[in-house]
Amino acid sequence: MTLLLAVLALVCLVPAVAAVLVRNLIHSALLFVLAWLGLAVFYLAVGAEFIAFAHALVYVGGVSMVVLFAVLLTRPGRVDPLPPPSTQRAIGGVAAVALVASMLGSSIFWTRLPSMEPIPMVSLRRLGELLAGPYLVALLLVGLILTVALIGGLLLAAPRRPSEGGDA
Amino acid sequence: MLPASQLWLIPALPLVAAAIGAAAPRTARRLPVFLALAAITGSLLLSVVALVGALAAPAAKLTANFTWFVAGSTAVRLGWLLDPLGALMSVMVCAVSVLVFIFSIAYLRADPRLGRFFTCLSLFVAAMLGLLVANSLLLLLLCWELVGLASYLLIGFWFDRPSAAAAAKKAFVITRLGDLGFLLGLLWLFQATGSSLFYDGGAGVLEAGALERLAATVLPGGWTAATGIGLLLFAGAVGKSGQFPLHVWLPDAMEGPTPVSALIHAATMVAAGVFLVARVFPLMAADQGLAAVPVHALTAVAVVGSITALLGAVLAVAQTDMKRVLAYSTVSQLGYMMLAVGVGAWVAAVFHLITHACFKALLFLGSGSVIHAAHHEQDSRRLGGLAGRMRFTYVTFLLGTGALVGLPLVFSGFWSKEAILHAAELWPVSHLPFVAGLTGVVLTAFYMTRLVCETFLGRPRGEGAEHAHESPRVMTLPLAVLAVASVAAGWIGTPAWPWLQSRLTGAPVAAQAWSDGLGLMLFSTVLVGVGIAAGWWMYGRRPRVDARALDPLAQRWPRVFAALAARLWFDELYAATLGRLLRGAAALAAWLERWVWGGVVGLTGRVAETTGEVNRAIDEDGLNTGFDRASDGLRRTAQQYSRAQTGDVQGYLRAVVVGLAVLALLLIWGGVR
Amino acid sequence: MSPLHVCLALSAALFCTGLVAVLVRGNAILVLLGVELMLNAANLNFIAFWRFGPGGGEVGLVFVLFSIAVAAAEAAVGMALVIAVHRHLRTIRVAAANRLKG
Repeated sequence: MTLLLAVLALVCLVPAVAAVLVRNLIHSALLFVLAWLGLAVFYLAVGAEFIAFAHALVYVGGVSMVVLFAVLLTRPGRVDPLPPPSTQRAIGGVAAVALVASMLGSSIFWTRLPSMEPIPMVSLRRLGELLAGPYLVALLLVGLILTVALIGGLLLAAPRRPSEGGDA
Repeated sequence: MLPASQLWLIPALPLVAAAIGAAAPRTARRLPVFLALAAITGSLLLSVVALVGALAAPAAKLTANFTWFVAGSTAVRLGWLLDPLGALMSVMVCAVSVLVFIFSIAYLRADPRLGRFFTCLSLFVAAMLGLLVANSLLLLLLCWELVGLASYLLIGFWFDRPSAAAAAKKAFVITRLGDLGFLLGLLWLFQATGSSLFYDGGAGVLEAGALERLAATVLPGGWTAATGIGLLLFAGAVGKSGQFPLHVWLPDAMEGPTPVSALIHAATMVAAGVFLVARVFPLMAADQGLAAVPVHALTAVAVVGSITALLGAVLAVAQTDMKRVLAYSTVSQLGYMMLAVGVGAWVAAVFHLITHACFKALLFLGSGSVIHAAHHEQDSRRLGGLAGRMRFTYVTFLLGTGALVGLPLVFSGFWSKEAILHAAELWPVSHLPFVAGLTGVVLTAFYMTRLVCETFLGRPRGEGAEHAHESPRVMTLPLAVLAVASVAAGWIGTPAWPWLQSRLTGAPVAAQAWSDGLGLMLFSTVLVGVGIAAGWWMYGRRPRVDARALDPLAQRWPRVFAALAARLWFDELYAATLGRLLRGAAALAAWLERWVWGGVVGLTGRVAETTGEVNRAIDEDGLNTGFDRASDGLRRTAQQYSRAQTGDVQGYLRAVVVGLAVLALLLIWGGVR
Repeated sequence: MSPLHVCLALSAALFCTGLVAVLVRGNAILVLLGVELMLNAANLNFIAFWRFGPGGGEVGLVFVLFSIAVAAAEAAVGMALVIAVHRHLRTIRVAAANRLKG
């Protein structure tokens, strides 16, 4: 079990790291899709089937499309007015992350976690009951948030009309 | 009978109206107006019902508390409180609001943003009513800030005028200074007692158990927690109620539409500070019996109130803008209320608050009627001769003036002012409030006579005044109602029939003997007479003929008058001192930088230099030239500080991440729990 | 090494990878994707503790569902913002959007 998970973790992590490092934006986006797919497989292996499919659907199906469109719509202009990014800033950022990483890593590996047996899986039915029962209000709120985000995204991205027309 | 658990309906109605009004399309001009009127009328009815219920059992604090949220082992609870103080105030607020709403319909008829105006007004009324029925200091603070927001929106209603936008900003920032104290006091109180509820069946902060504990908590220097919390809460009231030294925003707030001035900056919102102090009066008074406390909380209140009462009256003498005179008069009257609370007579303060709300709303709406008729001319030097042209406004304005100066026996202002003066006379600590109060009486009579003579008598001295004619019925009707109230509101609290006093305290108050306080009444009546006579002699005998003529006061004492007309340079003083302070802080920061990086060299020299520099600057340019330089300094300081604002989002994030890591390290290995 | 350790390690690694993208890469789209990666790492933690933790973690699963939904909303709004920024500034370098600097 542990070995399988470790291999899958590598499968997921390598494209993620590569995506952050490559220069080409399109390649980067595609690598992100790979990483998300790997994560979905990882979820499957852990036993969270519904989450795995939801994750794949949302990220591989939805977010990646949005990202690709955004990449295509925002081709950089011919002249870039800014100076090239300084290596100093990059070093600062990496140092900050290294601090966090060392902290996280050490606290994970030095903590003696209780070795528990995997608890039984949650059936889809049970998940549905949870969502429609105690978390109904939250579910409705999330729906509302998604609607608002959709409209907000449209408003932000829609070109401004020349006449001041209020809401578009 | 409205149970305490249903009290939320009172603020909820206008809140709903504001919400719908805000969501309504801009073209629907009438909808917000209609909704606001309907909601406020409903609130008025509910408040009356609540008041009847509260009066049935005046001593019982009917509460309905509920848990807002639980974080760990701490439960934050809010609640509603039904008692005569809150219920009476909400009836007053609703009643004045209804009249002001009606007045505004005509006053702002032509304004394209009428709907926005009524939406903001509804929001304001909702917040104010929530503040009045809150049984929790936290809920009160929430509503308090909402009131501040509504006030900001309304002062800056004509935001295309730079002066209005500046005034709105000023009001917001200055009251925020006081609110900082309020917030600190609230946190301290919560930490000390574990509750923010006023009354909670023995566990509330205004009940004996908590008060004893607070008074018994002694801090270094002989202070008690009760004193500290009381003073911090009072700081909030100082900001909101325009008390010295934070009074500077109130006169500038006159940039808003006149109905706003009437409702917010005269009748209701500024009274919130007085209400807060009256509400937490048991807490403020908790340290009274302790001799070791250097300054009792109430003593500070009394001193600040006295200074404000006197200062406002003095400054009102030299203003020429009609609304500004009234604004300083409001400052002065709020000072009277604080003074009353300070000397222990919070009932008299509430009494004066209610009568003042009636006659000050009347005076402001009257000035609104004048301004409306005179095509937005509000400089009293260019008005004049309106007595014949606007007879109805003139008569009601006179009635309001009578109430404000306290003409004896008939007018409401007389009774409430007498109650305050009587309490101040009996205060054992000092005679300062009493003397300040009596001086204020003369000055009030003087400047109101001046205002009436300049505005209404003589011949018209400007375009606007010449073509003025009486305002429409919609505007005069509220004037009439308020005029009646200005006279009659005093009858509920006369010494012979202390109905209000016994209801507010919840214990029967014996009627005073007829002779008790008679000497004081006679004396203050003489003072009012002196003030009016002096005003008449200087302004009424020979009314001003030319708008550019010098004020009679300015002819006699030009320097004093100039100083008063410039409002004693309070604004400039603040710019100069605070600006200096900031500049000094910037210098200090720069010096620290150099010290950290460059070593200890020149440490002493620089201290001496900085001190000498600041000393020299203060000596050389006095208050007059201070303004320019200080604002310059402010700008430079701001530029220095703004260098940290690089606009580099990732830089900010880096700082956040490092900070987060350090915090987590502390939590994991530092043993910080 | 237990399965829980592996999950947590992967989560920490993903989080740090996302953080690098956010802090170092100058491209706004990559910054947003980094944020998404950090959210994924958080989700992974929930799932790990649901499956290998002390039990009673059904809430974690529900939370992950909501988190995914909110992340999707965030991505939509974020990309719209990127497009709006591109329209105004003709670039999507984060460093270019510094109009509010002092």
